[in-house]
Amino acid sequence: MEIPKIIGAGLVVIGAGIGIGKIGGSAMDAIARQPEATGKIQTAMLIAAALIEGIGFAALFAVN
Amino acid sequence: MVFSKKPLQIIIAALVAFLPLVSIANPTGDSTHVAAEVTHKAASNSHEAHGAAENLTEEQKADLERKAYIKHHLMDSHDFTLFTYGGEEHPTHVGFPLPVILWDGGLHVFLSSKFEHGEAVAESKGNYYKINHHDGLIYKTDAQGNFTEDEKGHVTNAKPLDFSITKNVFMILVVGLLLFLLFAGLGKSYKKNGSIAKGAGRFFEPIILYIRDDIAIPNIGEKHYKKYMSFLLTIFFFIWFLNMFGLTPLGVNITGNLAITASLAVITYLITTFTAKKDYWGHIFWMPGVPVPMKFILAPIELLGTIIKPFSLMIRLYANMVAGHIVLMSLIALMYTFNSPIGSPLSFFLAFVLSLLEILVALLQAYIFTMLAALYFGAAVEEHHHDEHHHEAAHH
Repeated sequence: MEIPKIIGAGLVVIGAGIGIGKIGGSAMDAIARQPEATGKIQTAMLIAAALIEGIGFAALFAVN
Repeated sequence: MVFSKKPLQIIIAALVAFLPLVSIANPTGDSTHVAAEVTHKAASNSHEAHGAAENLTEEQKADLERKAYIKHHLMDSHDFTLFTYGGEEHPTHVGFPLPVILWDGGLHVFLSSKFEHGEAVAESKGNYYKINHHDGLIYKTDAQGNFTEDEKGHVTNAKPLDFSITKNVFMILVVGLLLFLLFAGLGKSYKKNGSIAKGAGRFFEPIILYIRDDIAIPNIGEKHYKKYMSFLLTIFFFIWFLNMFGLTPLGVNITGNLAITASLAVITYLITTFTAKKDYWGHIFWMPGVPVPMKFILAPIELLGTIIKPFSLMIRLYANMVAGHIVLMSLIALMYTFNSPIGSPLSFFLAFVLSLLEILVALLQAYIFTMLAALYFGAAVEEHHHDEHHHEAAHH
């Protein structure tokens, strides 16, 4: 029962990592295109990243 | 004399970043706890696997000790130990005891110095109490302080209700007092100086304005934001200060305690629920603009969502702070794992860089918590003007 749990949590964390990476990358693109909107983009980026991060932590919790 | 500001800032940042190293690198804050923990772990490990505790190699023992030390750092404690010297044989703890308040068929109040850092049995009105090394909790024991355990290693002794002023509670009180004095003083200074920020106000004013103009107003709206401002500012500075205290040599881990983040999340949930307008509940129980069968499916999901939101607030803050502390301490423990001339500078450098990152995380987590709380409040007071002729999507 222990090993599937750990693998599942690992998969979730990989997914969350890819998700946050994509958000960061897209935010970089957006800032490069419109530097004057940096503040707004950063805020939106942080919120989206925080929401995804929550899922990653929830998975780690399930294993614990 | 010309002082450029840049190097000064770097030096201050460097000093702050070194602080956790001091707390963590100083030889085991509670070496006795850790030693007991190690033997306990070793005993339970050998119980399951092989041989007696004495069969462990030096390497495995040191490994267990490091793990126990990290675990011990993350826990709350009944006395405030600043540092310990004198080695494992005759440890001298420098710190101060905190009051222990127990409810066990009557009120028991005594100082935690009675426990002698977890080694002695404390007697109060005919009852005997002892701190368990394994989980740091107080249990009722016999006069010798023996614990009974089931086969899984859980203590089966009776547990009194513990309302003690522990290290975490003490630090929360300190931070509360600090916030009160700081901001009450700043508030007065504005009256005296004719609404111009002076001293510390120059540092805090932009932060407060940022919370108002970039967090509260865009998320909650011009009309309602004022009544939430006090909560948002309090929670921001409270979490930020607690996070920063977690990086000081005091060695506290307050926001990395699930009970504390849970209470912050519950307060947020209660405020959201009790200030919510009609539209908020309308969107939960009878989602407008979707076919009727869908409304029945969406209602339980939306209702569950109201609980998941504060739950994720709780987990996010807790897990971020705990993860930060564990990684930082593990990096410092590398010094002992390598046990070579290369190990120390490497682990020192890594821990230093991570400490700088942790300062950012301390601020970022306070910001995220405040931001999301504002977002939830905004959803609670948002007023929709539903017009059946228009398409719903146009409103969002």
